[in-house]
Amino acid sequence: MTATSTAPDAAAPPLSMRADAITIKFGGLTAVRNVNFTIPDQAIVSLIGPNGAGKTTFFNVLTGLYRPTTGRVHLGERDVTGLPPHRIADLGLARTFQNIRLFNLMTAEENVLVAMHSHMKSGVFRTVLKTPAQRREERVGREFARELLEFVGIGKTWDEYARNLSYGDQRRLEVARALALRPKVLLLDEPTAGMNPQESARFVDFVHRVRDEQKISILLIEHDMSVVMRVSERITVLDRGEKIAEGGPSDIRNDQRVVEAYLGKTGTEGYGSDT
Amino acid sequence: MATATTGREAPTLQRRLRSLPVLFTALALLVFVFYQFILGGLVQPIQDFFDSWLPLSSLNQCLIWATLAVGLNIVVGYAGLLDLGYVAFWAIGGYVAAWLMSSFFSQWSVNIFGSAPPGLEAGIHINFWLVLPIGAAVCALAGVIIGAPTLRLKSDYLALVTLGFGEIIPEIFRNGEDVNGFNLTNGVKGIDPIDPIPMGPFHLFPGVPANLGPFDNTYKFLVYALLTAVAIFISLRIRVGRLGRAWLAIREDELAASMMGVPLMKTKLAAYAVGAAIGGLGGVAYATLTSGVIPDSFQFANSIILLAMVVLGGMGNVWGVLLGALVLEWVNSTGLQQFGASFNSGFGTDINFPSYNFLIFGVLLIVMMLFRREGLLPEARTRQVLQEPERGELEAVGADLEGTPV
Repeated sequence: MTATSTAPDAAAPPLSMRADAITIKFGGLTAVRNVNFTIPDQAIVSLIGPNGAGKTTFFNVLTGLYRPTTGRVHLGERDVTGLPPHRIADLGLARTFQNIRLFNLMTAEENVLVAMHSHMKSGVFRTVLKTPAQRREERVGREFARELLEFVGIGKTWDEYARNLSYGDQRRLEVARALALRPKVLLLDEPTAGMNPQESARFVDFVHRVRDEQKISILLIEHDMSVVMRVSERITVLDRGEKIAEGGPSDIRNDQRVVEAYLGKTGTEGYGSDT
Repeated sequence: MATATTGREAPTLQRRLRSLPVLFTALALLVFVFYQFILGGLVQPIQDFFDSWLPLSSLNQCLIWATLAVGLNIVVGYAGLLDLGYVAFWAIGGYVAAWLMSSFFSQWSVNIFGSAPPGLEAGIHINFWLVLPIGAAVCALAGVIIGAPTLRLKSDYLALVTLGFGEIIPEIFRNGEDVNGFNLTNGVKGIDPIDPIPMGPFHLFPGVPANLGPFDNTYKFLVYALLTAVAIFISLRIRVGRLGRAWLAIREDELAASMMGVPLMKTKLAAYAVGAAIGGLGGVAYATLTSGVIPDSFQFANSIILLAMVVLGGMGNVWGVLLGALVLEWVNSTGLQQFGASFNSGFGTDINFPSYNFLIFGVLLIVMMLFRREGLLPEARTRQVLQEPERGELEAVGADLEGTPV
C-alpha cells in the first residue's frame, strides 16, 4: 500500500492497465480507499464485491468519468489520470454499460461506426465534398463494422434500429460497438444481467472468444458468481471501498474475508448478501 | 455476409436523400420559368391571383427563412442542442454584408469585383459571391466563440444562455454607432443601401441584368433558391458522414457517446459552427433582399419562429424543415394578410388578421403537439419513437417477438 511511487517491476509481465493507490472521496465519504489494481495483458479479470462496495465508482475512475482524489491510472504505458473519457476511450479503453446504453435511433451499423469516430478523420469539408479519401474511409469503416457485427453474431441485423433488437442482441451490439474502438482493454459492466443460465453459459464462451480473437484484456464487473468463477483468471474483491482479496477463482472461493463480506460474519446482521 | 451485402452499401434512403437538393433545384427552376416566362402570358385574373397570393417578394423571403431554418436544424434537429438565439448569426451575416457591400465605411475605398451603384463608389464593395463565404466564415467563427463557453451547459441552461446571446448580438449592433468614436454599425438607423447582387458572366444571357436591382425579383428568386439548395446539400451530406453520426449519437446519449471516443465539446462546436455558417449565408442573402440592415429586424421572435419552423416541419428531416419554413413564412408574410382581406370583404368585418399571427402560431403549435408531435414530415427515426412502441415494451406485455415470422 506504500508502493505508490516505486516504478513497476521491469521483469513483470506487461500490463494493459494499472491503477495505483486509488482513493476517491465524495465530500466526507470515502467511496474507494487506496486500491491497487492491475490488468495483465490479454487477461480476463473480474471485480466483485457486495452492493455499495465501490465497484462502479472504481470503474468510473478507470474510464475517466471521475478523477481520483489521489492515485494514478495508467493505460499501457500512458498515464491517463484526469483525461476526459473520450480521450481515454481513444487511447484504448472501451466499455459496455450495466443498463444498456445504445444509440437507440441509430442502426446497429451506425452504432458501431460511432465508436470509430476517433479512428476516422473526415471533417466538415471532406464530408461535404465527399473526397475520395472520405469515401474510402466510410467504406472501410462500414466493412469493419459489418465484420464486428458478424463477430458478435448479429451480422444480419446491421440495418435494424438498435431499439428494435432483442435484449440479447442489444448486449451483443454493445460489445461490437466497444470493440470498434480497437481497445486494449474492454470493460464489461454486469454483462449477464438479465440473462438466463444458458445464455450466461454461452456468454462465458463468448468472453473467451473475444479475448482470444481480438487479443485484448477484459475486465468484468459481475454479480453472477458462477459466471465470475468460470470466466475469470483473476478476481479482485472490493468491500466497503477497500480491496479485501485478490487471486484465482479457487483462492477467492476459499477466502474467509470474502465469505464474510458476502454473507456477513457469524452473528452480525447487515449489508450485502446480494449474490 | 460482407460480400453478399455490398450491393446494399448505400441504403435506398441515402440515395433518395442525395437527390433532394437536385429535386429542390429543379422545382425552383420550374417556378422561375413560370414567373419569368409564363405568368406574363396568362389571363389577367390568374396574374392578379399570383400577384396577391404568391408574389415573388414573398417567395424570396420564404427562401431566406428556409435557408436559416435548415441551418438551425443542424444545431437543433441533428445535434439536439436547443438554440434560442439563432438570430444572432442571421444578424452577423447581415452586418457582414452591410459592411462589405455598401458605402458605409466611406473612409476606405476597397473594390473587389464589387457592384457599387453609380455615385456610391466610396466604401468597401466586395462581390456578393465572395461575401457569401466570408459571411459564412465569420459566422462560423462567431459560433465557435459563442459556443465555446455556452456548450458546456446542458439542455435548459444551454437554451437560456443562447437566448442571451441572441439578445446581446443585435444589442451590440444597435449600440455600435460610437465605439470609441468609431461608427461601427450606425446604431438604430442601420446600414443601407447594400449593393445589388452582380450576375457576373450570366448577364451575357439575353434579358439577364448585370446587377439585380430591387425589382429583379425573379432572378433574385433563382439566387436565393440556389443558396437554399446549397444549405440543403451541405446538411444532407454531413448528415450521413462521420460528424452527422456523432451528432446523432450525442443527441441520443451524450455519456455513451463520450465513452465511445466522441469528443463532446468539439463535436457540438462543429454543429454550432456549421449551423452558424449557414445562418451567415442566410444573413448575407437577407441583407441583399432588403437592401439594408437595421438592428430591429433581428428580434428574439425571429429565433422562435425559426425554431417553430424546425419543430412544425419535422425536427431533423430537411424536407420537413423546408416545408415548415416555406409554409410558416408564407403565412406570416402574405397568406394571413390575404386571407384577412378576403375574409373582411366577404363578411364585411374589419379584423386585422396579421396582428394575430402569434396567436395563430401558438394555437398551431398546440394542435401539432396534440395530434402530430413529430412534425409535418418527421424524420424516420423520430417517427419510430413517437409512433411505435419499443420492442422491450412489447416483450414486457408478453409479445413473443422471437417466435413471430418476420
